[in-house]
Amino acid sequence: MAHLSDENLERARRLVAVYPEPRSALIPLCHLAQAQDGWLTPEAMEDVAALVGVTPAEVHGTATFYDMLHTEPVGRHVVAVCTNVACMLAGAYELLEHAQERLGVHAGQTTDDGEFTLEEAECLAGCDTAPCVQVNHRFFGPLDAASFDQLVEDLRTGVLAGQVPRHGVLCRVERTVGLLAHEADDSGVGAGEGSAP
Amino acid sequence: MITGAPPIVTGRMAYADAHTLERYLATGGYEGLRRAIALGPDAVREQVDKASLLGRGGAGFPAGRKWSMLRKADVSYLVVNGDESEPATFKDHLLVERDPHQVVEGAIIAAFALGVSQAFIFCRGEFALGLERLQQACNDAYAYGALGTGILGSSFSLDLVVHPGAGAYICGEETALLESLEGKRGFPRIKPPYFPAAIGLYGAPTVVNNIETVSNLPWIVVNGGEAFAALGAGSSTGTRLFALSGRVERPGWYELEMSKTTFRDLVYDPSLGGGIRDGGELKAFIPGGVSAPWFGPDQIDLGLDQDAVARAGSMLGSGSVVVMDDTTCAVRAAWRITRFFARESCGQCTPCREGSGWIEKMMRRIEEGNGREADLDLLMDACDNIAPGVSWPPQQTTICVLGPSIPSSVASGIRMFRDEFLLHVKEGGCPMRAAR
Repeated sequence: MAHLSDENLERARRLVAVYPEPRSALIPLCHLAQAQDGWLTPEAMEDVAALVGVTPAEVHGTATFYDMLHTEPVGRHVVAVCTNVACMLAGAYELLEHAQERLGVHAGQTTDDGEFTLEEAECLAGCDTAPCVQVNHRFFGPLDAASFDQLVEDLRTGVLAGQVPRHGVLCRVERTVGLLAHEADDSGVGAGEGSAP
Repeated sequence: MITGAPPIVTGRMAYADAHTLERYLATGGYEGLRRAIALGPDAVREQVDKASLLGRGGAGFPAGRKWSMLRKADVSYLVVNGDESEPATFKDHLLVERDPHQVVEGAIIAAFALGVSQAFIFCRGEFALGLERLQQACNDAYAYGALGTGILGSSFSLDLVVHPGAGAYICGEETALLESLEGKRGFPRIKPPYFPAAIGLYGAPTVVNNIETVSNLPWIVVNGGEAFAALGAGSSTGTRLFALSGRVERPGWYELEMSKTTFRDLVYDPSLGGGIRDGGELKAFIPGGVSAPWFGPDQIDLGLDQDAVARAGSMLGSGSVVVMDDTTCAVRAAWRITRFFARESCGQCTPCREGSGWIEKMMRRIEEGNGREADLDLLMDACDNIAPGVSWPPQQTTICVLGPSIPSSVASGIRMFRDEFLLHVKEGGCPMRAAR
């Protein structure tokens, strides 16, 4: 799959509508496209461009500025090992070295089976659990070689599937409520009138 | 809390379900908003002025003064900055995951006081669980009647959008954050105007407040600005959420009364940091995020006080304290911090873009044993080109403060541990390697 599905196009239009100006939805729409395909495909970027009223080149140029947006395919699990100073002081480089051996790839590479992409990350704000790791932006730590191996095993066997959705899926809670930004239709959806759970 | 001050932003952390509306309401949630609506916007602003609440993002600018600068206009915005990325800082991470309703309520109170009807919470994209909990809190707040049209029966209406970032340190800079929220690359804007209160989101007047700053508002409105200002001392009022990491026994978050608590308390108190890991010796510490110059053990008795830390030549910054011990290589620590800045420089300004890269390469070659004695002067010269004088607070040659933050760790390392740098050159490598 490459272009946004009909269902995701509908989601995308709802996201555009919550902002006073459509372009503000550019990054949320890139996340939506990544949730669909695991990475930002050129076709999805064309769709995003059309939805927010810019050129595909502008979407690409914006997306490549941000670490979380991948314009090349990545594994189902993106394993990000933080090596910034707080984690470094707790043995992060030793952990990264172990991760490279365990997964058989260098940081920045993806395993042949497409399961894992290993990344060396900047500070993830998990310094109280250093050395910390994120898998698809879910936190784990503090980790040592043994607990890292267990984590990889649990990811492979699907034990953690509920906690760690596949790469690209970020926020699984959708906005279900009305807004004021676009009251042009005077629907005035607001307090108590939304379809909140 | 070791001084007996009440917890202001972490009062609910003991509950595993603190993020739910049910728990929030059962523990006084949305009472601040009810009180605020009863008081009216002017009285809320007055309480925040009385509290002397300093912004908790890093710059420490008085929140009340920031609010008072908002240009009167038909359309204005509130943006809550949760793009926490300063290395070693993890307080906003805690607040969005564990008490998202407090963030939402704080944002609503701020918007009410400012007369704003559209607000955004810009949450760091890497906080996947935090984003889910914030969005759920936002959905629940609408259903409860705390957001939307006619909030809690009043004539005040507000829409709140939870906006995910996508991974870029620079977006914590408030004008870069606004660019990013407009769907662009996170390039900081040229100053002046210095404050988005004049020209902000979509060119409209905008207030940008940190997550922790707005998290204080429900308590301030319920208990009064004077009660908040009675805690701490001088300009450092209230409590603050400190993030402790590095070579300590008990890294973690600690809400502490400002000014009345010292760095020694934070690092050594058994209920806080619990001392240096494995009984080691304190070598140095970073008092407020990696942009801050380092302190040696001689500064450990300083209070956690914005002015006191500034007078001593550094900053309390984002409230994150990194402890280095006798097993820590100063060259390696400074190199790793520099590499961060080199990666995260947005590339607009030459001194920052080029300087960070060159300094990182020189630092790495010293650490790897290929350095020369002359590199130390060369490094200081490069620092001087980014922030002339290499003093604190730094001189600025760039659009934003990322550039002048680069010399902090390098200059601290060279000035405090020159012998260690020279030993790397002399021995052709890191003398601490075996200790790791």
